[in-house]
Amino acid sequence: MTLRPARLFLYLILAVFCVYYLLPLYVMLVNSLKPLSEITSGGMMALPGDWTTAAWTNAWSQAQVGVEATGLKPYFMNSFLMVVPAVAIATLMGALNGYVLTKWSFKGATVLFGLILFGCFIPFQIVLIPMARALGFLGLAGTVPGLIFVHIIYGISFSTLYFRNYYAAFPTELVRAAEIDGAGFFTIFWRIMLPNSGPIAVVCVIWLFTNIWNDFLFGASFADYDSQPMTVALNNLVQSSTGVKEYNVHFAGAIMAALPTLLVYIVAGRFFVRGLMSGSVKG
Amino acid sequence: MARSAPSAAARMRELLPRIVLSPTIALIAIFVYGFIFFTTYLSFSDSRMLPSFGWVGFDNYVKLFQLRTWDIAITNLAIFGTLYIGICCVLGLSLAILLDQKIRAEGFIRTVYLYPMALSFIVTGVAWKWFLDPGIGLESVVQGWGWESFEFNWIKDRDMAIYTIVIAAVWQTSGFVMATFLAGLRGIDSEILHAAEVDGASKFALYRRIVIPQLRPAFLSAFVVLAHMAIKSYDLVVALTNGGPGTATEVPATFMYSYTFTRNQMGVGAASAEIMLLTIAAVIVPYLWSELREPKR
Repeated sequence: MTLRPARLFLYLILAVFCVYYLLPLYVMLVNSLKPLSEITSGGMMALPGDWTTAAWTNAWSQAQVGVEATGLKPYFMNSFLMVVPAVAIATLMGALNGYVLTKWSFKGATVLFGLILFGCFIPFQIVLIPMARALGFLGLAGTVPGLIFVHIIYGISFSTLYFRNYYAAFPTELVRAAEIDGAGFFTIFWRIMLPNSGPIAVVCVIWLFTNIWNDFLFGASFADYDSQPMTVALNNLVQSSTGVKEYNVHFAGAIMAALPTLLVYIVAGRFFVRGLMSGSVKG
Repeated sequence: MARSAPSAAARMRELLPRIVLSPTIALIAIFVYGFIFFTTYLSFSDSRMLPSFGWVGFDNYVKLFQLRTWDIAITNLAIFGTLYIGICCVLGLSLAILLDQKIRAEGFIRTVYLYPMALSFIVTGVAWKWFLDPGIGLESVVQGWGWESFEFNWIKDRDMAIYTIVIAAVWQTSGFVMATFLAGLRGIDSEILHAAEVDGASKFALYRRIVIPQLRPAFLSAFVVLAHMAIKSYDLVVALTNGGPGTATEVPATFMYSYTFTRNQMGVGAASAEIMLLTIAAVIVPYLWSELREPKR
């Protein structure tokens, strides 16, 4: 086996990169379990000498994030209250859109799809000013429902993309056969399309969940103190210039903000990757 | 009457798909295209703290390009965008090729390389902000290990801070690029590779002449995704450096936000958003056009 040293080298390189990608996670994790003094004395890379979950409790329920010292807990809840309805509604609308665009297609459907798709790519800065006005007009300014509304609108482009591409490969003959048997538009959707949409629904839900959970711009622009999502609260916690910088609390908070999406990724990574890949339009 | 009822129902049946699609069309028409139009108008208006509709022509654009901060912002975007896309592609392709050598535990390694993509840029920003902080992070740790003269304070250095954003952004997205290329590699017909190997092509030549040219679609989609992420990048900059030190890491997205919402120069802010949109459109529109044209397959 002359290949052996080369092979070993290959594994070594791959391992080095594993360390590179895992390092920040390691830093966050070990430092969230240390007392602050161990970090400030230059021990960031070391394992905790004195293991403690104090920083976690602090970040969750005591840290000064907004006006009051509530910890990150209420903001974590805000994020969930925002993400769940937004994902559910955007996914359902995307499924219906994809169904219409592929199985009930009409002249100009492709152009229309292209126009919808462009919404995936716009820099959201272009809608910030009018959206702030619109939310005020609708009475949703500074509320969680306002954020849900915004995320649904800009989530539809993605969900439509996913379902449209998936349904394009779904045999149209089945739909036509059901139609001849007298099944209507919605019957076909509920009975034939949806039951066969498992994989793409998972991809879509994961993608939207990750994106909306991780959103910062809309949260920072449209939320009030009591409706802020987790990402905004975390940033406030870390950037606040008053008092001692409690790095261990920041790291604990960062892991809390990362945990939901990280769990989804670990449990359903395969689908996560597929969602990423479908960014290349044809999927 | 009895005869027109079924025809009305049939009519309804025919229209139903479009009715179902109409809320989306309305939402997109208003909240994407209507809003783009609105912001475009504002960019030609005398808006300050609040939208105002007095027409001022190209004044805001002229002002914008005379601002030093905007100059910094677009220069930073150019530096960041080039390095970010370049390094992500090189690293992503290299890792994909290495992983494509029938590696044991490939699944595990792939998972490790890709997980940062699931994180919020704010989380990434916090992790790297403190890791790169000279006071407690890498610099202090290495000095603590005995290398007293070790210095790494890019994040506090006006000239180097933008590169720390490249470091963190590459960490976050290079795994995704790797996955894109890996999928591309798996799609290549192995017969061609075998034939070339039989003909005595070296591994290097094989990749350079046959494999990499076939990865063009993967390059294209990686480029499109990375380019539009680079132009939109906001969260990471906010979390990592907040545009500082001073204005050293200002990018168009942070510029737009501060001019619009904190400096009461909404007209200029709208103009900067417009430039961002046009830059992205220059990349995306041709791409969507070529992808959605009559299928070539």
